[in-house]
Amino acid sequence: MRKQFVKTIEDLMAQDERLVLLLGDIGVFGFRNAFELYPERTYNIGVCEQAMTSMAAGLAKEGFIPALHSIAPFVVERCLEQLKIDLCYQNLPANIVSVGASYDYAALGCTHHCPGDVAVLRALPGMEIVIPGTPAEFDRLFRGAYANSHPTYFRLSERNNQQSYDDVEFGRAAVTRHGSLATVIAVGPTLTWVLEATQELDVTVLYYTTVVPFDGDTLRENCPSHKIVVVEPFYEGTLAHDVMSVMENRTIRLLSIGVPRQFLTNYGHAADHDLECRLTPEEIKARLEQFLHV
Amino acid sequence: MTGARINRLKRQIVLATMAAGEGHIASAFSILDILWVLYDRVLQIDPKNPKSDERDRFVLSKGHGSLALYAVLAEKGFFPASELERFATFDSPLGGHPDCNKVPGVEASTGSLGHGLPMGIGMALGIRIRKIDRRVIVLVGDAECNEGSIWESALLAAHHQLSNLTCIVDYNHSTDRALLLGDIAAKFVAFGWAATIINGHDHDAIYSALTRTESDRPTAIVAETVKGFGCRQMENNPAWHHRAPSQDELPAILEELA
Repeated sequence: MRKQFVKTIEDLMAQDERLVLLLGDIGVFGFRNAFELYPERTYNIGVCEQAMTSMAAGLAKEGFIPALHSIAPFVVERCLEQLKIDLCYQNLPANIVSVGASYDYAALGCTHHCPGDVAVLRALPGMEIVIPGTPAEFDRLFRGAYANSHPTYFRLSERNNQQSYDDVEFGRAAVTRHGSLATVIAVGPTLTWVLEATQELDVTVLYYTTVVPFDGDTLRENCPSHKIVVVEPFYEGTLAHDVMSVMENRTIRLLSIGVPRQFLTNYGHAADHDLECRLTPEEIKARLEQFLHV
Repeated sequence: MTGARINRLKRQIVLATMAAGEGHIASAFSILDILWVLYDRVLQIDPKNPKSDERDRFVLSKGHGSLALYAVLAEKGFFPASELERFATFDSPLGGHPDCNKVPGVEASTGSLGHGLPMGIGMALGIRIRKIDRRVIVLVGDAECNEGSIWESALLAAHHQLSNLTCIVDYNHSTDRALLLGDIAAKFVAFGWAATIINGHDHDAIYSALTRTESDRPTAIVAETVKGFGCRQMENNPAWHHRAPSQDELPAILEELA
Protein backbone atom coordinates (compact mmCIF):
# COMPACT_ATOMS: atom_id res chain seq x y z
CA MET A 1 0.00 0.00 0.00
CA ARG A 2 2.90 2.38 0.63
CA LYS A 3 3.93 2.30 -3.02
CA GLN A 4 0.36 3.00 -4.04
CA PHE A 5 0.24 5.85 -1.53
CA VAL A 6 3.21 7.44 -3.29
CA LYS A 7 1.67 6.94 -6.73
CA THR A 8 -1.73 8.26 -5.73
CA ILE A 9 -0.35 11.33 -3.95
CA GLU A 10 2.04 12.22 -6.74
CA ASP A 11 -0.70 11.88 -9.30
CA LEU A 12 -3.09 14.02 -7.28
CA MET A 13 -0.42 16.64 -6.55
CA ALA A 14 -0.08 17.10 -10.30
CA GLN A 15 -3.80 17.76 -10.63
CA ASP A 16 -4.65 19.55 -7.41
CA GLU A 17 -2.51 22.46 -6.29
CA ARG A 18 -4.17 22.44 -2.89
CA LEU A 19 -2.56 19.14 -1.90
CA VAL A 20 0.47 19.54 0.40
CA LEU A 21 2.50 16.59 1.69
CA LEU A 22 4.03 16.66 5.18
CA LEU A 23 6.27 13.75 6.14
CA GLY A 24 7.39 13.01 9.67
CA ASP A 25 10.79 11.90 8.39
CA ILE A 26 9.18 8.70 7.11
CA GLY A 27 8.80 7.74 3.44
CA VAL A 28 11.17 10.51 2.35
CA PHE A 29 13.06 8.45 -0.23
CA GLY A 30 9.82 7.03 -1.59
CA PHE A 31 8.51 10.52 -2.27
CA ARG A 32 11.70 11.74 -3.99
CA ASN A 33 9.75 12.62 -7.14
CA ALA A 34 7.31 14.78 -5.22
CA PHE A 35 10.21 16.62 -3.57
CA GLU A 36 11.64 17.32 -7.00
CA LEU A 37 8.42 18.15 -8.84
CA TYR A 38 6.53 20.04 -6.13
CA PRO A 39 9.13 21.50 -3.75
CA GLU A 40 6.72 24.16 -2.49
CA ARG A 41 4.19 21.52 -1.49
CA THR A 42 6.36 18.66 -0.23
CA TYR A 43 8.05 18.87 3.16
CA ASN A 44 10.00 16.57 5.39
CA ILE A 45 8.93 18.19 8.64
CA GLY A 46 11.25 16.07 10.75
CA VAL A 47 10.45 14.19 13.90
CA CYS A 48 7.96 16.71 15.30
CA GLU A 49 4.55 15.16 14.93
CA GLN A 50 2.81 17.64 17.24
CA ALA A 51 3.96 20.69 15.31
CA MET A 52 3.41 18.87 12.01
CA THR A 53 -0.24 18.28 12.86
CA SER A 54 -0.83 21.87 13.95
CA MET A 55 1.00 23.09 10.85
CA ALA A 56 -1.36 21.02 8.75
CA ALA A 57 -4.24 22.86 10.40
CA GLY A 58 -2.63 26.19 9.57
CA LEU A 59 -2.14 25.16 5.95
CA ALA A 60 -5.74 23.98 5.78
CA LYS A 61 -6.86 27.39 7.05
CA GLU A 62 -5.09 28.87 4.04
CA GLY A 63 -6.99 26.68 1.60
CA PHE A 64 -4.58 23.76 1.30
CA ILE A 65 -5.39 20.09 1.76
CA PRO A 66 -2.54 18.57 3.74
CA ALA A 67 -1.61 14.89 3.79
CA LEU A 68 0.38 13.94 6.91
CA HIS A 69 2.39 10.78 7.01
CA SER A 70 4.27 8.80 9.61
CA ILE A 71 4.13 5.49 11.48
CA ALA A 72 0.79 4.96 13.19
CA PRO A 73 1.72 5.53 16.85
CA PHE A 74 3.53 8.77 16.02
CA VAL A 75 0.96 10.30 13.69
CA VAL A 76 -1.98 9.29 15.90
CA GLU A 77 -1.11 8.80 19.55
CA ARG A 78 1.82 11.21 19.87
CA CYS A 79 -0.25 14.11 18.57
CA LEU A 80 -3.75 13.08 19.59
CA GLU A 81 -4.67 16.47 21.05
CA GLN A 82 -3.51 18.27 17.92
CA LEU A 83 -5.75 15.95 15.89
CA LYS A 84 -8.62 16.58 18.29
CA ILE A 85 -8.48 20.37 18.55
CA ASP A 86 -6.61 21.64 15.52
CA LEU A 87 -8.15 19.36 12.92
CA CYS A 88 -11.40 17.94 14.34
CA TYR A 89 -12.70 20.78 16.50
CA GLN A 90 -11.82 23.37 13.89
CA ASN A 91 -13.22 20.96 11.26
CA LEU A 92 -10.43 21.32 8.73
CA PRO A 93 -9.67 19.18 5.71
CA ALA A 94 -6.58 17.10 6.32
CA ASN A 95 -5.58 13.54 5.59
CA ILE A 96 -3.60 11.51 8.07
CA VAL A 97 -2.00 8.52 6.39
CA SER A 98 -0.31 6.01 8.65
CA VAL A 99 1.85 2.99 7.99
CA GLY A 100 2.52 0.17 10.39
CA ALA A 101 -0.97 -1.04 11.21
CA SER A 102 -1.40 -2.86 14.54
CA TYR A 103 1.65 -5.18 14.71
CA ASP A 104 2.83 -4.90 11.09
CA TYR A 105 6.20 -3.87 12.52
CA ALA A 106 6.24 -6.85 14.85
CA ALA A 107 10.00 -7.05 15.29
CA LEU A 108 10.26 -3.39 16.31
CA GLY A 109 8.29 -4.04 19.47
CA CYS A 110 5.47 -2.34 21.32
CA THR A 111 6.67 1.22 20.71
CA HIS A 112 5.95 0.66 17.02
CA HIS A 113 2.72 -1.31 17.39
CA CYS A 114 -0.55 0.56 17.15
CA PRO A 115 -3.65 -1.62 17.50
CA GLY A 116 -5.34 1.22 19.42
CA ASP A 117 -5.33 3.87 16.68
CA VAL A 118 -8.89 3.40 15.49
CA ALA A 119 -10.24 3.17 19.03
CA VAL A 120 -8.68 6.47 20.05
CA LEU A 121 -9.53 8.24 16.81
CA ARG A 122 -13.08 6.95 17.12
CA ALA A 123 -13.27 9.15 20.21
CA LEU A 124 -12.63 12.31 18.18
CA PRO A 125 -15.88 13.72 16.80
CA GLY A 126 -15.53 14.49 13.11
CA MET A 127 -12.58 12.23 12.34
CA GLU A 128 -13.33 9.97 9.38
CA ILE A 129 -11.58 6.60 9.37
CA VAL A 130 -10.73 4.56 6.28
CA ILE A 131 -9.20 1.06 6.30
CA PRO A 132 -8.31 -0.02 2.75
CA GLY A 133 -7.81 -3.71 2.10
CA THR A 134 -5.59 -3.43 -0.96
CA PRO A 135 -3.47 -0.80 -2.75
CA ALA A 136 -6.11 -0.36 -5.45
CA GLU A 137 -8.75 0.21 -2.79
CA PHE A 138 -6.56 2.82 -1.11
CA ASP A 139 -6.29 4.65 -4.41
CA ARG A 140 -10.03 4.66 -4.93
CA LEU A 141 -10.88 5.57 -1.34
CA PHE A 142 -8.28 8.32 -1.08
CA ARG A 143 -9.41 9.95 -4.30
CA GLY A 144 -12.98 9.76 -3.09
CA ALA A 145 -12.41 11.33 0.30
CA TYR A 146 -9.22 13.41 0.45
CA ALA A 147 -10.88 16.68 -0.54
CA ASN A 148 -14.14 16.26 1.32
CA SER A 149 -13.44 19.05 3.81
CA HIS A 150 -13.19 16.84 6.91
CA PRO A 151 -10.18 15.30 8.65
CA THR A 152 -9.76 11.74 7.42
CA TYR A 153 -7.51 8.95 8.66
CA PHE A 154 -6.22 6.37 6.18
CA ARG A 155 -4.81 3.27 7.83
CA LEU A 156 -2.29 1.61 5.53
CA SER A 157 -1.23 -1.93 6.26
CA GLU A 158 1.53 -4.21 5.08
CA ARG A 159 -1.20 -6.83 4.85
CA ASN A 160 -3.34 -6.93 1.69
CA ASN A 161 -6.44 -8.86 0.80
CA GLN A 162 -5.95 -11.27 -2.10
CA GLN A 163 -8.51 -9.47 -4.23
CA SER A 164 -9.59 -5.86 -4.55
CA TYR A 165 -13.17 -4.80 -4.64
CA ASP A 166 -13.51 -2.59 -7.69
CA ASP A 167 -16.55 -0.82 -6.36
CA VAL A 168 -15.34 0.17 -2.90
CA GLU A 169 -16.66 3.57 -2.09
CA PHE A 170 -15.96 5.93 0.79
CA GLY A 171 -18.63 5.62 3.47
CA ARG A 172 -20.28 2.52 2.01
CA ALA A 173 -19.97 -1.11 2.94
CA ALA A 174 -20.21 -3.91 0.38
CA VAL A 175 -22.16 -7.18 0.64
CA THR A 176 -19.79 -9.94 -0.42
CA ARG A 177 -21.77 -13.02 0.60
CA HIS A 178 -25.41 -13.72 1.50
CA GLY A 179 -26.35 -16.18 4.21
CA SER A 180 -28.89 -16.59 6.99
CA LEU A 181 -27.30 -17.61 10.29
CA ALA A 182 -25.27 -14.50 11.08
CA THR A 183 -23.72 -11.36 9.63
CA VAL A 184 -19.95 -11.20 9.62
CA ILE A 185 -18.37 -7.78 9.21
CA ALA A 186 -14.87 -7.91 7.75
CA VAL A 187 -12.88 -4.71 8.17
CA GLY A 188 -10.17 -3.81 5.66
CA PRO A 189 -7.40 -6.41 5.38
CA THR A 190 -9.30 -9.08 7.33
CA LEU A 191 -11.54 -9.84 4.35
CA THR A 192 -9.37 -12.62 2.93
CA TRP A 193 -9.37 -14.38 6.30
CA VAL A 194 -13.11 -13.93 6.67
CA LEU A 195 -13.96 -15.21 3.20
CA GLU A 196 -11.84 -18.28 3.80
CA ALA A 197 -13.25 -18.84 7.26
CA THR A 198 -16.85 -18.55 6.09
CA GLN A 199 -16.57 -20.58 2.89
CA GLU A 200 -18.70 -23.42 4.24
CA LEU A 201 -20.85 -21.36 6.56
CA ASP A 202 -24.34 -20.02 5.88
CA VAL A 203 -23.56 -16.41 6.81
CA THR A 204 -23.74 -12.94 5.29
CA VAL A 205 -20.38 -11.21 4.87
CA LEU A 206 -20.13 -7.43 4.76
CA TYR A 207 -16.95 -5.64 3.82
CA TYR A 208 -16.21 -2.32 5.53
CA THR A 209 -13.39 -0.11 4.26
CA THR A 210 -14.81 3.01 5.93
CA VAL A 211 -15.62 2.71 9.61
CA VAL A 212 -16.37 6.39 10.25
CA PRO A 213 -18.89 7.32 8.98
CA PHE A 214 -20.24 3.87 9.76
CA ASP A 215 -22.60 2.55 7.09
CA GLY A 216 -25.52 1.53 9.29
CA ASP A 217 -27.95 1.09 6.41
CA THR A 218 -26.01 -1.77 4.83
CA LEU A 219 -25.79 -3.54 8.18
CA ARG A 220 -29.50 -3.08 9.00
CA GLU A 221 -30.50 -4.30 5.54
CA ASN A 222 -28.27 -7.36 5.72
CA CYS A 223 -28.87 -8.70 9.15
CA PRO A 224 -30.98 -11.86 8.76
CA SER A 225 -30.42 -13.10 12.31
CA HIS A 226 -29.69 -11.65 15.73
CA LYS A 227 -26.02 -12.65 15.51
CA ILE A 228 -23.32 -10.24 14.36
CA VAL A 229 -19.59 -10.89 14.23
CA VAL A 230 -17.03 -8.14 13.70
CA VAL A 231 -13.58 -9.18 12.51
CA GLU A 232 -11.44 -6.09 13.00
CA PRO A 233 -7.70 -5.71 12.39
CA PHE A 234 -7.26 -3.56 15.52
CA TYR A 235 -8.28 -3.84 19.17
CA GLU A 236 -11.24 -6.19 19.52
CA GLY A 237 -14.46 -4.41 20.36
CA THR A 238 -13.44 -1.14 18.70
CA LEU A 239 -16.56 -1.10 16.52
CA ALA A 240 -18.93 -2.64 19.07
CA HIS A 241 -20.63 0.64 19.85
CA ASP A 242 -21.13 1.47 16.18
CA VAL A 243 -22.75 -1.89 15.53
CA MET A 244 -24.95 -1.85 18.61
CA SER A 245 -26.11 1.73 18.12
CA VAL A 246 -27.15 0.94 14.55
CA MET A 247 -29.17 -2.04 15.79
CA GLU A 248 -30.51 -0.27 18.85
CA ASN A 249 -34.06 -1.60 18.67
CA ARG A 250 -33.11 -5.22 18.15
CA THR A 251 -31.73 -7.86 20.46
CA ILE A 252 -28.28 -8.64 19.13
CA ARG A 253 -25.58 -11.07 20.11
CA LEU A 254 -22.21 -9.65 19.16
CA LEU A 255 -18.86 -11.40 18.81
CA SER A 256 -15.81 -9.15 18.37
CA ILE A 257 -12.75 -10.81 16.89
CA GLY A 258 -9.67 -8.60 16.80
CA VAL A 259 -6.38 -7.87 18.49
CA PRO A 260 -6.52 -8.61 22.24
CA ARG A 261 -6.22 -5.52 24.42
CA GLN A 262 -2.77 -6.21 25.79
CA PHE A 263 0.83 -5.37 24.94
CA LEU A 264 2.23 -7.89 22.49
CA THR A 265 5.70 -8.16 23.93
CA ASN A 266 7.16 -10.68 21.50
CA TYR A 267 8.92 -9.82 18.22
CA GLY A 268 9.17 -11.93 15.07
CA HIS A 269 6.81 -11.38 12.16
CA ALA A 270 3.20 -10.26 11.92
CA ALA A 271 2.23 -13.85 11.09
CA ASP A 272 3.62 -14.99 14.46
CA HIS A 273 1.38 -12.50 16.20
CA ASP A 274 -1.60 -13.57 14.09
CA LEU A 275 -1.21 -17.01 15.62
CA GLU A 276 -0.85 -15.60 19.12
CA CYS A 277 -3.88 -13.35 18.62
CA ARG A 278 -5.91 -16.21 17.07
CA LEU A 279 -6.30 -14.14 13.88
CA THR A 280 -6.09 -16.85 11.23
CA PRO A 281 -8.82 -18.23 8.98
CA GLU A 282 -8.83 -21.49 10.95
CA GLU A 283 -9.18 -19.78 14.33
CA ILE A 284 -11.78 -17.36 13.04
CA LYS A 285 -13.76 -20.25 11.58
CA ALA A 286 -13.60 -22.16 14.86
CA ARG A 287 -14.82 -19.16 16.83
CA LEU A 288 -17.58 -18.50 14.30
CA GLU A 289 -18.81 -22.10 14.43
CA GLN A 290 -18.91 -22.02 18.18
CA PHE A 291 -20.80 -18.73 18.12
CA LEU A 292 -23.31 -20.00 15.54
CA HIS A 293 -24.12 -23.07 17.56
CA VAL A 294 -24.70 -21.37 20.90
CA MET B 1 -6.10 59.30 25.35
CA THR B 2 -4.75 55.83 24.74
CA GLY B 3 -4.38 55.28 28.46
CA ALA B 4 -8.02 56.21 28.99
CA ARG B 5 -9.08 53.85 26.24
CA ILE B 6 -7.01 50.99 27.67
CA ASN B 7 -8.59 51.57 31.05
CA ARG B 8 -12.04 51.56 29.48
CA LEU B 9 -11.25 48.20 27.84
CA LYS B 10 -10.00 46.91 31.18
CA ARG B 11 -13.26 47.94 32.84
CA GLN B 12 -15.15 46.11 30.10
CA ILE B 13 -13.02 43.03 30.72
CA VAL B 14 -13.68 43.11 34.45
CA LEU B 15 -17.42 43.61 33.95
CA ALA B 16 -17.50 40.85 31.33
CA THR B 17 -16.54 38.31 33.98
CA MET B 18 -19.49 39.14 36.21
CA ALA B 19 -22.18 37.24 34.27
CA ALA B 20 -20.32 33.92 34.14
CA GLY B 21 -18.58 34.54 37.47
CA GLU B 22 -15.18 33.71 36.06
CA GLY B 23 -12.49 34.79 33.62
CA HIS B 24 -8.74 35.19 33.22
CA ILE B 25 -8.64 38.92 33.91
CA ALA B 26 -4.99 39.11 34.93
CA SER B 27 -3.84 37.26 31.80
CA ALA B 28 -5.92 39.63 29.68
CA PHE B 29 -4.38 42.70 31.36
CA SER B 30 -0.93 41.24 30.72
CA ILE B 31 -1.44 41.33 26.93
CA LEU B 32 -3.97 44.11 26.41
CA ASP B 33 -1.44 46.79 25.49
CA ILE B 34 0.15 44.49 22.92
CA LEU B 35 -3.18 43.56 21.36
CA TRP B 36 -4.30 47.16 21.24
CA VAL B 37 -1.17 48.30 19.39
CA LEU B 38 -1.49 45.33 17.05
CA TYR B 39 -5.07 45.97 16.03
CA ASP B 40 -4.85 49.75 16.17
CA ARG B 41 -1.61 50.34 14.32
CA VAL B 42 0.00 47.20 12.92
CA LEU B 43 -2.32 44.56 11.52
CA GLN B 44 -3.75 45.10 8.05
CA ILE B 45 -7.21 43.71 8.61
CA ASP B 46 -10.71 44.91 7.81
CA PRO B 47 -13.29 44.20 10.53
CA LYS B 48 -15.98 44.21 7.84
CA ASN B 49 -14.13 41.56 5.83
CA PRO B 50 -12.21 39.55 8.42
CA LYS B 51 -11.63 36.55 6.13
CA SER B 52 -10.03 38.47 3.28
CA ASP B 53 -6.94 36.78 1.84
CA GLU B 54 -5.21 40.15 1.95
CA ARG B 55 -5.19 40.39 5.73
CA ASP B 56 -2.55 39.96 8.37
CA ARG B 57 -3.26 36.97 10.57
CA PHE B 58 -3.09 37.13 14.36
CA VAL B 59 -3.28 33.97 16.49
CA LEU B 60 -3.75 34.21 20.24
CA SER B 61 -1.98 30.99 21.15
CA LYS B 62 -2.46 31.56 24.89
CA GLY B 63 -6.19 31.30 24.45
CA HIS B 64 -6.97 32.02 28.10
CA GLY B 65 -6.19 35.66 27.36
CA SER B 66 -9.36 35.68 25.26
CA LEU B 67 -10.99 38.56 27.18
CA ALA B 68 -8.33 40.97 25.95
CA LEU B 69 -8.80 39.79 22.37
CA TYR B 70 -12.58 40.08 22.60
CA ALA B 71 -12.39 43.58 24.07
CA VAL B 72 -10.05 44.76 21.30
CA LEU B 73 -11.99 43.04 18.50
CA ALA B 74 -15.23 44.62 19.76
CA GLU B 75 -13.58 48.02 20.04
CA LYS B 76 -12.42 47.67 16.44
CA GLY B 77 -15.89 46.71 15.22
CA PHE B 78 -15.56 42.98 14.55
CA PHE B 79 -18.70 42.41 16.66
CA PRO B 80 -20.84 44.52 19.02
CA ALA B 81 -19.34 45.31 22.43
CA SER B 82 -22.61 44.21 24.02
CA GLU B 83 -21.53 40.61 23.33
CA LEU B 84 -18.92 41.00 26.07
CA GLU B 85 -21.69 41.17 28.64
CA ARG B 86 -22.61 37.55 27.83
CA PHE B 87 -19.01 36.31 28.05
CA ALA B 88 -18.79 32.57 28.83
CA THR B 89 -22.51 32.20 29.43
CA PHE B 90 -24.19 29.12 28.01
CA ASP B 91 -24.96 30.24 24.45
CA SER B 92 -22.45 33.06 24.09
CA PRO B 93 -20.07 32.96 21.11
CA LEU B 94 -17.40 34.33 23.43
CA GLY B 95 -16.01 31.50 25.53
CA GLY B 96 -13.23 31.23 28.05
CA HIS B 97 -11.03 30.35 25.09
CA PRO B 98 -11.53 31.78 21.59
CA ASP B 99 -13.32 29.80 18.88
CA CYS B 100 -12.62 30.69 15.25
CA ASN B 101 -15.87 29.14 14.10
CA LYS B 102 -17.90 31.41 16.40
CA VAL B 103 -16.12 34.74 16.68
CA PRO B 104 -15.39 37.06 13.73
CA GLY B 105 -11.72 37.99 13.68
CA VAL B 106 -10.52 34.97 15.66
CA GLU B 107 -8.11 33.06 13.43
CA ALA B 108 -7.71 29.86 15.44
CA SER B 109 -9.45 27.98 18.22
CA THR B 110 -6.92 27.84 21.01
CA GLY B 111 -6.85 26.99 24.69
CA SER B 112 -4.64 23.98 24.93
CA LEU B 113 -1.17 25.53 25.02
CA GLY B 114 1.40 25.03 22.32
CA HIS B 115 -0.98 24.77 19.37
CA GLY B 116 -1.18 28.34 18.10
CA LEU B 117 2.46 28.83 17.13
CA PRO B 118 2.68 25.72 14.91
CA MET B 119 -0.70 26.60 13.40
CA GLY B 120 0.75 30.03 12.69
CA ILE B 121 3.68 28.34 10.97
CA GLY B 122 1.27 26.47 8.71
CA MET B 123 -0.50 29.73 7.93
CA ALA B 124 2.76 31.57 7.26
CA LEU B 125 3.95 28.78 4.99
CA GLY B 126 0.55 28.71 3.28
CA ILE B 127 0.49 32.40 2.46
CA ARG B 128 4.07 32.20 1.27
CA ILE B 129 3.18 29.37 -1.12
CA ARG B 130 0.18 31.42 -2.28
CA LYS B 131 2.44 34.45 -2.69
CA ILE B 132 0.30 36.58 -0.43
CA ASP B 133 2.47 39.34 0.97
CA ARG B 134 1.02 39.45 4.48
CA ARG B 135 2.21 38.56 7.98
CA VAL B 136 1.32 36.04 10.65
CA ILE B 137 1.73 37.18 14.25
CA VAL B 138 1.32 34.72 17.10
CA LEU B 139 1.21 35.56 20.79
CA VAL B 140 2.31 32.86 23.24
CA GLY B 141 2.64 32.91 27.01
CA ASP B 142 5.84 32.26 28.92
CA ALA B 143 4.42 29.19 30.65
CA GLU B 144 3.26 28.05 27.22
CA CYS B 145 6.94 27.96 26.30
CA ASN B 146 7.23 24.91 28.55
CA GLU B 147 5.49 22.96 25.80
CA GLY B 148 7.76 20.97 23.50
CA SER B 149 5.67 21.95 20.49
CA ILE B 150 6.82 25.57 20.93
CA TRP B 151 10.41 24.49 20.42
CA GLU B 152 9.51 22.15 17.58
CA SER B 153 7.96 25.25 16.05
CA ALA B 154 11.02 27.37 16.79
CA LEU B 155 13.11 24.87 14.84
CA LEU B 156 10.65 24.65 11.96
CA ALA B 157 10.08 28.37 11.49
CA ALA B 158 13.80 29.09 11.40
CA HIS B 159 14.54 26.15 9.11
CA HIS B 160 11.91 27.30 6.63
CA GLN B 161 13.06 30.93 6.96
CA LEU B 162 9.55 32.17 7.68
CA SER B 163 10.30 35.86 7.59
CA ASN B 164 6.57 36.57 7.51
CA LEU B 165 6.14 35.10 11.01
CA THR B 166 6.46 36.98 14.29
CA CYS B 167 6.07 35.35 17.69
CA ILE B 168 5.39 37.57 20.68
CA VAL B 169 6.14 36.02 24.06
CA ASP B 170 4.07 37.49 26.89
CA TYR B 171 6.79 37.17 29.53
CA ASN B 172 4.78 37.86 32.67
CA HIS B 173 6.84 35.33 34.58
CA SER B 174 3.92 33.12 35.49
CA THR B 175 6.15 30.18 34.61
CA ASP B 176 8.78 31.10 37.19
CA ARG B 177 7.12 29.08 39.92
CA ALA B 178 7.47 25.95 37.76
CA LEU B 179 10.33 26.25 35.30
CA LEU B 180 12.73 29.14 34.96
CA LEU B 181 13.04 30.05 31.28
CA GLY B 182 15.73 32.67 31.76
CA ASP B 183 16.63 34.58 28.62
CA ILE B 184 13.88 33.56 26.20
CA ALA B 185 15.15 35.90 23.49
CA ALA B 186 18.56 34.18 23.57
CA LYS B 187 16.83 30.83 23.20
CA PHE B 188 14.99 31.99 20.07
CA VAL B 189 18.22 33.44 18.67
CA ALA B 190 19.92 30.09 19.29
CA PHE B 191 17.17 28.46 17.22
CA GLY B 192 17.86 30.86 14.35
CA TRP B 193 15.34 33.64 14.93
CA ALA B 194 15.83 37.37 15.24
CA ALA B 195 14.78 38.40 18.72
CA THR B 196 14.23 41.53 20.72
CA ILE B 197 13.18 42.31 24.29
CA ILE B 198 10.72 45.10 25.00
CA ASN B 199 8.54 46.53 27.74
CA GLY B 200 5.21 44.95 26.84
CA HIS B 201 3.23 47.85 28.25
CA ASP B 202 5.06 50.61 26.35
CA HIS B 203 3.01 51.26 23.22
CA ASP B 204 5.78 52.92 21.25
CA ALA B 205 8.19 50.10 22.05
CA ILE B 206 5.55 47.53 21.04
CA TYR B 207 4.88 49.34 17.78
CA SER B 208 8.54 49.73 16.98
CA ALA B 209 9.28 46.04 17.61
CA LEU B 210 6.26 44.90 15.61
CA THR B 211 7.26 46.90 12.57
CA ARG B 212 10.72 45.33 12.31
CA THR B 213 11.20 42.06 10.43
CA GLU B 214 14.15 40.26 8.90
CA SER B 215 14.22 39.03 5.32
CA ASP B 216 15.59 35.56 6.06
CA ARG B 217 14.26 34.53 9.47
CA PRO B 218 11.28 34.77 11.77
CA THR B 219 11.16 37.35 14.54
CA ALA B 220 10.54 36.83 18.24
CA ILE B 221 9.52 39.69 20.50
CA VAL B 222 9.91 38.95 24.17
CA ALA B 223 7.56 41.36 25.90
CA GLU B 224 8.27 41.87 29.59
CA THR B 225 4.84 42.23 31.11
CA VAL B 226 3.07 42.27 34.45
CA LYS B 227 0.24 39.83 34.94
CA GLY B 228 -2.79 41.84 36.05
CA PHE B 229 -1.12 45.09 34.91
CA GLY B 230 -2.87 48.25 36.07
CA CYS B 231 -4.80 46.72 38.96
CA ARG B 232 -2.70 46.60 42.12
CA GLN B 233 -4.46 43.75 43.86
CA MET B 234 -4.25 41.58 40.74
CA GLU B 235 -0.66 42.30 39.76
CA ASN B 236 1.42 39.13 40.09
CA ASN B 237 -1.17 37.70 42.46
CA PRO B 238 -1.86 34.03 41.64
CA ALA B 239 -5.20 34.26 43.46
CA TRP B 240 -6.43 36.36 40.52
CA HIS B 241 -5.39 33.91 37.79
CA HIS B 242 -8.95 32.79 37.11
CA ARG B 243 -11.81 34.44 38.94
CA ALA B 244 -14.29 37.29 38.85
CA PRO B 245 -14.52 40.05 41.43
CA SER B 246 -17.15 39.82 44.10
CA GLN B 247 -19.75 42.59 44.22
CA ASP B 248 -17.84 43.98 47.20
CA GLU B 249 -14.55 44.06 45.33
CA LEU B 250 -15.90 45.48 42.11
CA PRO B 251 -16.25 49.22 42.93
CA ALA B 252 -12.63 49.62 44.05
CA ILE B 253 -11.35 47.79 40.97
CA LEU B 254 -13.43 49.91 38.60
CA GLU B 255 -12.33 53.05 40.41
CA GLU B 256 -8.68 52.13 40.00
CA LEU B 257 -9.32 51.63 36.29
CA ALA B 258 -11.27 54.87 35.93
